[in-house]
Amino acid sequence: MSNVAARFRLSLGAFRLDVELDAPGRGVTAIFGPSGSGKTTLLRCVAGLEHAPAGRLEVNGERWQDSDAGLFVPTHKRPLGYVFQEGRLFSHLSVLANLRYAARRRSGGLSRVALERAVEWLGLGAVLDRFPERLSGGEKQRVAVARALLCGPGLLLMDEPMASLDEESKTEIFPYLERLHRELSIPMLYVSHSRAEVMRLADHVVLLDAGRVRATGPVNEITSRLDLSFGTETEIGTIAEARVVGRDDEFGLTYLEFPGGRLSLPAGRDLSLGERIRVRLLARDISLTRQRPGQTSILNVLRARVVEIRDGESVLPLVAVDTGGTVLLSRITRKSLVGLDLRPGVEVYAQIKGVALLP
Amino acid sequence: MNGLEMTPLLLSLQLAAVTTLVLLLLGTPLAWWLARARSWVKAPIEALVAMPLVLPPTVLGFYLLVALGPQGPVGSVWRAAGGGALVFSFSGLVIGSVIYSLPFVVQPLQAAFETVGRDPLEAAETLGAGPIDRFFTVAVPLARRGFLTAATLGFAHTLGEFGVVLMIGGNIPGKTRVVSIAIYDHVESLSYAEAHVLSAVLLLFSFGVLLTVYIANRRVTRIRLS
Amino acid sequence: MALLALLLGGPLSAAGEVRVAVASNFAAVLAELSAEFESASGHRVLAIPGSTGKLYAQITNGAPFEVFLAADAVRPRLLEENRSAVAGTRFTYAFGRLALWSARSELEVGDGAILKSKNYRHLAIANPRTAPYGAAARQVLDRMELWQDTERRLVFGESVGQTFQFVSTGNAELGFVALSQILRPGFEASGSHWIVPSELHQPIDQQAVLLSAGRENPAAVEFVTFLRSPAARETIERFGYGVE
Repeated sequence: MSNVAARFRLSLGAFRLDVELDAPGRGVTAIFGPSGSGKTTLLRCVAGLEHAPAGRLEVNGERWQDSDAGLFVPTHKRPLGYVFQEGRLFSHLSVLANLRYAARRRSGGLSRVALERAVEWLGLGAVLDRFPERLSGGEKQRVAVARALLCGPGLLLMDEPMASLDEESKTEIFPYLERLHRELSIPMLYVSHSRAEVMRLADHVVLLDAGRVRATGPVNEITSRLDLSFGTETEIGTIAEARVVGRDDEFGLTYLEFPGGRLSLPAGRDLSLGERIRVRLLARDISLTRQRPGQTSILNVLRARVVEIRDGESVLPLVAVDTGGTVLLSRITRKSLVGLDLRPGVEVYAQIKGVALLP
Repeated sequence: MNGLEMTPLLLSLQLAAVTTLVLLLLGTPLAWWLARARSWVKAPIEALVAMPLVLPPTVLGFYLLVALGPQGPVGSVWRAAGGGALVFSFSGLVIGSVIYSLPFVVQPLQAAFETVGRDPLEAAETLGAGPIDRFFTVAVPLARRGFLTAATLGFAHTLGEFGVVLMIGGNIPGKTRVVSIAIYDHVESLSYAEAHVLSAVLLLFSFGVLLTVYIANRRVTRIRLS
Repeated sequence: MALLALLLGGPLSAAGEVRVAVASNFAAVLAELSAEFESASGHRVLAIPGSTGKLYAQITNGAPFEVFLAADAVRPRLLEENRSAVAGTRFTYAFGRLALWSARSELEVGDGAILKSKNYRHLAIANPRTAPYGAAARQVLDRMELWQDTERRLVFGESVGQTFQFVSTGNAELGFVALSQILRPGFEASGSHWIVPSELHQPIDQQAVLLSAGRENPAAVEFVTFLRSPAARETIERFGYGVE
């Protein structure tokens, strides 16, 4: 199975990186953590820009580094694409020349993207003749992404590509990245310190702190674990991939389908049919009943089965319920927990009061 | 003006051109290494490169006289390898000029490469460019201003060189009597008229060359920004 | 100092100082002469060596020198004419002698016959336009009818000092230098040399003159007198110069 398996140990001054990483061979793996936690260093190690004295790296079955065997494939021989935080476009070349620079230097590769396709994907048709100093921040990053794709990489590395952009540029560039996520079959490592970006783009999360991996797992799992400082208590929830399946124009509702059921929400007027979007279902917005609720104002009611109780002794325990495809979290009082006799295996109905669209 | 008068000027131009070319060839890898080196050796080498800036040319010239002479370390090897005399020859002047103008070429190049920095080169690396590739396709184009400055300074500096040539040239007409020596001779022998003429030609020519270079430099910048 | 002067029976004037601008080629001799002068008179000698041309330029621009020992006769005469020097004090203190020298042991200079051969690549002389020793060397080559043959192999030193450098470092296999340079005490001249007969060239007249700045200085006046004394002349000759 293709994947990214890495192990690095590296000291940079007072900072020590000591990580073991196993990321799936498809989709976006976010490397998340506070500043100084070593995210960029880790990414650079994977790229070969930093040479960790003790390291192992295997990408899609190819060994790129093995310190014990004295193996270190230099960066320019690794079939990867790297998007830097500042873009780093060549100022002496036009946009088109920048793209050609990449296209000329890699032949073959796992995900060969032709120049025209990259231009179309990233919406660069209008700026091909311009020089980098005349581009906006968002445009520069799009060129950087296109350029990274054009070397036919088997792995795409992105180092906080949106960190230097203003809100407007971020909004502009998100759809392009989401599209990338959907259409590429190569793995992506995405470094970020922004929860919003991670929740929107990641499939898998690696949590880094002070040079060590604190947790790793699917985005759902990581964003909802209490002991991690990822989310505050009030933000515990579940992220799900949903698709727009219908609309009720009379009442202004949008119908979404996700693995676990159907949702309707009074928002998303600008979404089109068939469009994919991520949603967030917060624990505090989900309540549980043992019987199907009768006349209730809540539109979204899903059948589910209790799988786990967390913090059963606290005042506000968390109940994890499986809707048949997605595990949702519900925050209830202990009194209710006991009163309803909720135990793993028990059938319940989850009432979802609020659905947050991401963004 | 008879033809002989202009020979020193032509000789000086030739010397300046050859020296500049040699320095660009030798100085570029040196400047590149200096811009990126981190080892302790960097500082002593930088100091060595800067030495000709502070050494009196006559001191340099004197040591060259000995070193390039038949018993000197360089001269003896050169002769053993079948070469002719280095002192009193154009080749000897080139060697002397290369040493004397070294910092004027290496320092601007080093500064230009340092300004380029690591970032664009890392980007090129991730795009599949090997070390030589990145040097020629990224570092050199980004440092082109530095190359222009280095070539200009090297050329101009050699054109005006006097002390070193005085020591090892032997003042041979058509071979080592460069224009600076010729002017000096005219002054010393009180032929002020000839001295004036040669100096004026040299001044005008140097000014013209420098002006052309700086204008060309500005044009390049303006086109890019339009 | 005054006590020493008394003991040696020297003049009773107070110990003074005289500034002497001297052509570089004579500097070593001056050092010796100064020692003799100082022990005899108690006056100190301050020597300022340089090329005759430059010293001349400095003097005409007000340099505070008191006695000038030039390497030619032209400059002292010019100084006398433009009143920078005291009239009537100009005299020849030494005649420069030429030597043909090779520092290379494999070349035998003999009596100058080597000049006719093809065994050398470079013949060094001082620049005839600017240095008296160079002009004299040129005259010798003309007299020996060798100018045509040697012209292509000539290299020109800025001064006779530089000419000496060319020959001593072996870069020029042969060269016309000042005899005084080879005979300098403490210097072991390698190779061989030929003392050029003075008939072969115009005399290299090295003249001295008392400068205006030194007119009132008893030490300066005494020094000029001393230069013509038998003791001084003997020293000068010993160093390889001719005397009147």
